[in-house]
Amino acid sequence: MVLTAENISKTFNRRTVFREIGFTVVAGQSIAVTGRNGAGKSTLLKILAGLLTPTSGSVRYAVSGSVHGPEDIRAHLGFVSPYLQLYDEFSALENLRLLSRMRSATVASDERCREMLTRFGLWDRCNDQVRTYSSGMKQRLKYVVALLHDPEVLMLDEPGANLDADGIAAVAQIYESSQRRILIVATNDRSEAERCELKIHLGTGVS
Amino acid sequence: MNLLARTSAVFVKDLLSEIRTRYALNALLMFVITAVAVILFALRGDTPGTIVLAGMFWVVVFFTGMSGLSRIFVSEEERGTALTLQLVAPPGVVYFGKLAFNVLLTLVLVAGVTVVYLVAFPGFIIQTPSIFFVTLLLGSLGLASAATIIAAIVAKAGSRGTLYPVLSFPVVVVLLMTVMNATIKSLDGEPFSTAVVDFVVLISYVMVMTAGSFLLFEFVWKD
Repeated sequence: MVLTAENISKTFNRRTVFREIGFTVVAGQSIAVTGRNGAGKSTLLKILAGLLTPTSGSVRYAVSGSVHGPEDIRAHLGFVSPYLQLYDEFSALENLRLLSRMRSATVASDERCREMLTRFGLWDRCNDQVRTYSSGMKQRLKYVVALLHDPEVLMLDEPGANLDADGIAAVAQIYESSQRRILIVATNDRSEAERCELKIHLGTGVS
Repeated sequence: MNLLARTSAVFVKDLLSEIRTRYALNALLMFVITAVAVILFALRGDTPGTIVLAGMFWVVVFFTGMSGLSRIFVSEEERGTALTLQLVAPPGVVYFGKLAFNVLLTLVLVAGVTVVYLVAFPGFIIQTPSIFFVTLLLGSLGLASAATIIAAIVAKAGSRGTLYPVLSFPVVVVLLMTVMNATIKSLDGEPFSTAVVDFVVLISYVMVMTAGSFLLFEFVWKD
């Protein structure tokens, strides 16, 4: 898979957040998006995921020679972000089953759910309602949801937010195990950005 | 089959969520009880005619629906789960899943209002049940269809509470006039054939509203 962003600009109410951002990332590569608060890191990720429409420019995903828009590759996309919430009234397992069924019409296997929940230290609480979770546990569950279907594109917005040392270690494993996927990280944490091969600093460009 | 299974997953999610949280059901129930109680106080024991009863029946259904049916999208926006839903399901799947849930909720609502009316108003006698039940079914489909797209629009706006009934009224006025007309016929004991024209109008309304909403929904749901 190849992600190509061409001349992306975004304007909210006459205020230009960023303009003419362009880059290409191929499967196995990772890219860090950095910049001051309000520079548009989250906005850029939302545009790449097809959750926002750019004011100008385009986002294309090339899969086996055919080109798709962001909306067409959602089944292959994982997204973790502080503003992306899960259903509080359901347990972790119920969230995983319902969301996987909405995503691909098939319920994630119990084995896969157990494997992912164990990896992020949530298996013991998998039947508790998410409303009883701490903010760090909710963040871990977002990782489980994002990785459950083994996506080809993974977008992490502030990946270390609310996580303790174990959680951060689990996230570090994601960087190491992402040789086959495109990894896009929006962060202001220098160590997280250093793990990525490419960098975009909003305000300056790609390096 | 794939899209149908995903649509049913959205419906099941909303149904389970409603069973656990009672976001919409409690609002609907309280509104029905309050509205019927106010009507009873205003009547002071008088027995209104069929025209007034049919009108009041749909007024209660309309305003109760307006107080509860918007929750389907407003709760997603308020809880921050709308983006999650956008990520896992395409707009068409979300729209039809939400529509199916609103149809169910509206059917429960009209069934509940019917029971309350039968108990509270002695003059509310359904003399042609076939007209009444077809009217309830088509009226529920039409109301749910209009309410679903308006809820999606309103959920993105700031002043949600006041905007919903204001936006809804011009959209459902044709529906309300038709269902009231058909309900009067069912209470007056007219034969089924006299209501066929009303049913054709209702079926057309449901088809146009559902198709139009489906086409519009993607633009409302995104951004």
